[in-house]
Amino acid sequence: MAQLKAGSRLRSAVCATEVMVIAAPAGQDVQVTCGGIAMIAPNETPSADASMAPDASKGTVLGKRYVDQASTLELLCTKPGAGSLGLGGELLTLKEAKALPSSD
Amino acid sequence: MNLMMLLEMAASGLGDRVAVTCGDESLTYAELFAAAGTAAEEFKKSNCKHIALLDVSSLAIPIALFGSAWAGIPYVPLNYRLTGSELEALLTRIDPAYLITDGERSGKLAHFPGIQSIARENYLGCVLRKPFAGEPSWSMDADEIAILLFTSGTTGAPKAAVIRHKHLVSYILGSVEFAAAASEDAVLVCVPPYHIAGTAAIVSSVYAGRRIVQLPSFSAEAWLDLARKEKVTNAFLVPTMLARIIDSLEGAASADLPHLRAISYGGGKMPQSVIERAMKLFPTTDFTNAYGLTETSSTITVLGPEDHRMAAQSDQPEIRRRLTSVGRALPAVEIQIRDEEGNVLGPNQRGEIYVRGEQVSGEYLGRTSTVDKEGWFPTRDAGSVDAEGYVFLEGRADDVIVRGGENMSPGEIEDVLLEHESVSDAAVVGIPDEQWGEAVAAVIVLKANRKVSVEELQEWVKKHLRSSRVPQCIEFRDELPYNETGKLLRRVVRAELSGVKA
Repeated sequence: MAQLKAGSRLRSAVCATEVMVIAAPAGQDVQVTCGGIAMIAPNETPSADASMAPDASKGTVLGKRYVDQASTLELLCTKPGAGSLGLGGELLTLKEAKALPSSD
Repeated sequence: MNLMMLLEMAASGLGDRVAVTCGDESLTYAELFAAAGTAAEEFKKSNCKHIALLDVSSLAIPIALFGSAWAGIPYVPLNYRLTGSELEALLTRIDPAYLITDGERSGKLAHFPGIQSIARENYLGCVLRKPFAGEPSWSMDADEIAILLFTSGTTGAPKAAVIRHKHLVSYILGSVEFAAAASEDAVLVCVPPYHIAGTAAIVSSVYAGRRIVQLPSFSAEAWLDLARKEKVTNAFLVPTMLARIIDSLEGAASADLPHLRAISYGGGKMPQSVIERAMKLFPTTDFTNAYGLTETSSTITVLGPEDHRMAAQSDQPEIRRRLTSVGRALPAVEIQIRDEEGNVLGPNQRGEIYVRGEQVSGEYLGRTSTVDKEGWFPTRDAGSVDAEGYVFLEGRADDVIVRGGENMSPGEIEDVLLEHESVSDAAVVGIPDEQWGEAVAAVIVLKANRKVSVEELQEWVKKHLRSSRVPQCIEFRDELPYNETGKLLRRVVRAELSGVKA
C-alpha cells in the first residue's frame, strides 16, 4: 500500500499493463491492482508465483483512462495488457472520453 | 512524466500511421520514435547542456523536440529572424549547446564558442540513416526542464520561459484524448517552431494521432495550395495569417477547402471583421479561438465552434460581442481577474488576468517564480470575464492608458474604431501629455479607397464611448507594425507618435 500522486507510474505484476496516475485520493493509502494482484513500481521485479485472477482478466486498452466508482482515482493506460485494473477489490471502469476543447 | 511517454504511446498504438509530412517526405510514429532515440544518443554524446534549434519547420523539429526529452536535455527553439547580435547574446546564454540550423548559419557559427552547430540536412541524414539500437529509456522526473522558450521581448530583453515536462504533459492530458484523430486527419502547422503554439501543436497532434503537415514559410497562396494538396482537416493560424488568406480570396464565394473541418486561431487579437469574413468564406469549417501564453504551456481558454456560430447569428450585442472573446477556461484551468491591489474582481470588471493549473509554469530561468503561494500566475494581460465565464482580452496590463487618473484600455477604443466602416485596422496607445499625464492617440489603417477625417473618427468614438476616450491625436498609415506571430508592437506605435507629438 502506498500513497499515490498524479504522475506516479505503476506496472502490473502479472501482465504487460503500465499506467500513470492522473488523479488519486489525497493523503490516503490505496492499493491499486491489475489482474487482481497489487501493482508494483516500474523498477520492481514481480514475484514469480503471482498469477492473474480470472475475474480480473478483461484487459486494458492503450491511452484509455480508468476510474473507480467514486471517481477518486484515475489512471491512464500507457501500456496495454491482459489484466483488469482494480482498487480495493472493485474493478475500475473505462472513463468515457469527453469532448475536449481542441485548439491545436 | 516525460514528453517521450506520449510519443511512445503513439508509436506503439499507431506505429504505421504517418506522424509528420514536410514537402515530399514523411515519418511514421514508429520512425519518429526511432529517430528520436538516435538523436538522443547523439545529443548525450555531445555533452551539451542545451539542444538549440534555429531553423524553419522541417522533420528535424519533432525529432529534436522528442530526442531532447529522451536525452533529458532542455530543447531551445530560437527565433530565426533574430539579427546577429541578438542571436549571439542568446547563444551565449545557453552554451554549451548543440545547435541544429540551416546550412549557411551552421557554417557561420562553426567557431562560435560553446556551440556545436550542425546543418539540418546532416543532422537529418545522421538520425534517419542510423537505426536506433538502444533501449527505450528516459527520466520520468516530471520536474525536469523540457523546453526553454525565449519570450518575444516586446517590452525588454528576452526572458527564458521554463516549461517542465509536468507542465506540457499536464496540458496534453487535460486537453487531448489519446488517438482521437481519424486516420485521414491532418493538421497544417505554419506557426514558427520557436512559438509555443508551434511546439504545442506537435505534441498534441502526436498524442491525438493526427498527421502534422508542415509549412516552413507562410504565404496565403502557399497555405491554400498545401491545404488542398494534403487535404488537411485542421489548421492553426495567427490572426494576421488568417487576414492575409482572406485578402487573397477576395472576390471568391468560398475558400474551396472541403476537407478543412476546423481552423483554430490565437496569438494576437482577431479583428471582428476578419473572423466574420472568414466564417463566410469557410462556411463548413469550425472556428476555435485559443488564448494562451508561453508561460502556460499554450492554450488556457477556448472559444469553440458553437460559441462562434451562436455569436455570429445573434442579434443581441452582448452575445455577438463574444466573437471578440477568447472563450472560456479549459476544464483543468482556473481564471481570475484582479485589480492592482490584488483584489479579485467580479464579472465584467477590468483588471489583470490571473491563471492557475497544472500546465502553468510562470517561471523564467534565473528568476524567482512569478506564481504566488496559491498557484496563481499573473499573465500581465489585461481583461475581464463576463457572467458566463467568457474572457475578453484588453491588451497587456502595461498598455493601459492612464489619463488624468482614469484607467482605460486601448482594446476598448480600438474595437470601436474597427467598427467604423472605413477603418481596416487600428492601434491605440498612450502618449506623454503635460496636462493629463497620458493622452490617447491612435493610428488608423483605412480600407482600400476609403477616406475619413480625423474629426469624424473622433466624433465616432465620442458617440460610442465617453469623451475621455476620444483620441486627441489620430494618424493614418498603410499598415501597423506587427511581429511575425501577429502581436501588435505597441511600443513602436507609441515611440512614433510620442516623437510626433512631444
